[in-house]
Amino acid sequence: MGRAHVFGDDIDTDQIIPAQHTTSSEPDHLATHAMAGIDTSFSDRFEEGDIVVAGTNFGCGSSREHAAIALQAVGAEAVVAESFARIFYRNAINIGLPVLHVPTVLDHVDADDELSIDVEDGVVTNTSTDDILVAESLPPFVRHILDSGGLIEYGRSNGHRSQ
Amino acid sequence: MGTIAEQILQEATGTDVTPGETIKAPVDLAFGHDMTLPPAIDAFERLDVGTVFDPDRTVVIPDHLVPPPDEQSVELYAACEEFANRHDLEFYPQGEQGQEHVVLPEDGYIRPGEIVVGADSHSCTHGALGAYATGVGSTDLAFAMAFGWLWLRVPKTTRIDYTGTPARWVTGKDLVLATLAELGADGAVYHALEFGGSALADLPMDARFSIANMAVEAGAATGLVEPDDRTKRYVRDRVDEADRPCTYYTPTADATYANELTIDCGGLEPQVAVPEQPDNVVSVSTLEDVAIDQVVIGSCTNGRRRDMELAAAVLEDRPVADDVRLIVTPGSQAVKRTCLEEGWLETFLDAGATVESPGCGACFGKRTGVLGEDEVAISTTNRNFPGRMGHPTSAVYLANPAVAAASATTGTITAPGTLAGAAEVS
Ligand code: SF4
Repeated sequence: MGRAHVFGDDIDTDQIIPAQHTTSSEPDHLATHAMAGIDTSFSDRFEEGDIVVAGTNFGCGSSREHAAIALQAVGAEAVVAESFARIFYRNAINIGLPVLHVPTVLDHVDADDELSIDVEDGVVTNTSTDDILVAESLPPFVRHILDSGGLIEYGRSNGHRSQ
Repeated sequence: MGTIAEQILQEATGTDVTPGETIKAPVDLAFGHDMTLPPAIDAFERLDVGTVFDPDRTVVIPDHLVPPPDEQSVELYAACEEFANRHDLEFYPQGEQGQEHVVLPEDGYIRPGEIVVGADSHSCTHGALGAYATGVGSTDLAFAMAFGWLWLRVPKTTRIDYTGTPARWVTGKDLVLATLAELGADGAVYHALEFGGSALADLPMDARFSIANMAVEAGAATGLVEPDDRTKRYVRDRVDEADRPCTYYTPTADATYANELTIDCGGLEPQVAVPEQPDNVVSVSTLEDVAIDQVVIGSCTNGRRRDMELAAAVLEDRPVADDVRLIVTPGSQAVKRTCLEEGWLETFLDAGATVESPGCGACFGKRTGVLGEDEVAISTTNRNFPGRMGHPTSAVYLANPAVAAASATTGTITAPGTLAGAAEVS
C-alpha cells in the first residue's frame, strides 16, 4: 500500500536520473537523485512503499540501469505505466523491481491516491476510488526472474553456459 | 522463414520462433562502455562464475568519459581496464579510443547474421550490417558475459521502405528523422525495424549506420538494414571470416509485418527534430531565425567519415559565426586520421571549430560542451530530451552534419542549400 506519484508520457532516463549523477551506481546515492531531472523534491516526498505511476513509454532513452536502481532504492514498491520503453522494462525486471503494464492507468489514478498492488496477480487497486485495474500478464520466464528476486539470483541458481 | 530478425533468431535457437515469445538467445558478441560496464562488473561478480563465457567475444570500450572529465570517471575507466585485463578481453585504451558504435563495425567485430548485445541503448546501430543488435542494461550484460545467452522477447517487425531519390543535402539522418516523425517515440516499442527500398540501396554505409542508430528512438529493439552488395564489400574489407563466415539474411517472400511504411525521399528536405523529443520533426525551411549558441558534429549517429566530409564541404571557406561554439568530434581515431589526410581537419580549424578527441563528446551533457541555462544547440546527435546536453532549460535541435555546419556559419538554424555558393559534395 502506498501513495501514487504520477507522471506523464515519455519520461526518459535523463529525467529519472540525470547523467551527472550516474558516475556512481550506489543505490543510496541514486535514491537521493531519483527523478531529479523533472522534480528535485521527489526523493524527499517519496516514502518507502509508494508507487510510481506514468503514461506511455516510461523509461525511454539511455540504457542506464541507474534509472531502475534509483526508483527501487528510493523505495518504490512498483512502477505502473501505460507502456514501458524496452530497456527500462528489462532493467527493472532484472533487478527485481515490479513493473506493471496497465494501458489506462492515468484514467484511474490521480496524484496521492492510495494504491495497493498485487504483483503476483498483476492487480492494482486504487483504494481511494475503489477502481480495480488489471495489468497485462508477464511471460512465465519473466515471472520466474521476478520471483527469483532478479536476474542475478535467477542466474545463480539456474544459470548455465549453453541454453 | 520470415523477417530478417525472425530468421536470425530462428537460426540461433534452432527452433521456430513466434513474435511475442520469450526465448533464450545465444550471444555472439557482448560489449560495454565506461558508464555501463562498472555496474555490470559488480553484477558479474555476484554471479560467481569466475570467467566470461568467451573472451574473444567480449569487448570493453570506454568512450563516454574519455579522457576523464572528473575523478569518478578516472575510477570508472580503471575498473573497465582492470576487468578487461583480468579476463583477457579486447580493450580500447585511451589513445585508441573511439565511440563504440563507430569503432566496432570499423574494426570488424560486427558480423551480419549474428546476435550482438551492448550495454548501451544505441547498440541497435549495428543492425546496419544485418546483425540482430540490441541494447541492454548492465545486469543483462553481466548475465550475457557470464553465460553467453540472454532472455529476449521475439519482436514483431515494422518494415520501412525508402523510395525516390534524395535531394542534395538529404542524408541517412534525414531519412530516419522523417521515419520517427511517422512512427512516433513509442511507435515501435518492442518491434524490430527493418529498412529497405530502392533509395536505401544507393545510400553509403555511413548513412545506413545513422538510420539504424535511431531505431531505438521509436522504441525499437533493433533496426536491421537489408544487406546488399555494398554491405558485403564493407564487411569483406573488415571482418575475418576464416573461421566464422557471415550470413546475410534478407526477408523471405512470406514474411509478415506488424506495420509497413513507405517514405518517399524525393520530396524530402533536410529534417530537424525540435526540442524535446527526437520524433518532434519538421523540415528545416520551416524553422525561422532560431538562434544557436553551440553546434555539435559527431556521436554514434553522425561521427563517421561521410559525416566529416559533409561538414567540411560546408565549412570550406566559411568561418563559424561570432558567438557560436562549434565542436567537431570524429567518431574514432581512424575517422580523425581521415580528417587529417583529407584536409578536413585544416578546414575545421580554419573555420574556428574545436576538434575534440574521439568518443561520445558533448552528446550526453557530461563532458566537453555542456550547455548552460537557456542555451540552444543544434547537434548531429540522436536525443534532445530536456537537459540532455546540460542545464535543464537548455535546448537541443537534431539535424544532419551539413545543416549543423551551415548553422554554425550563420548563427541561426540554416539549410545548407541556402548558403551562397554551397559547395558540391559528391
Ligand atoms: S554518442 Fe551519445 S547517444 Fe551515442 S552512445 Fe555516446 S552518449 Fe550515447
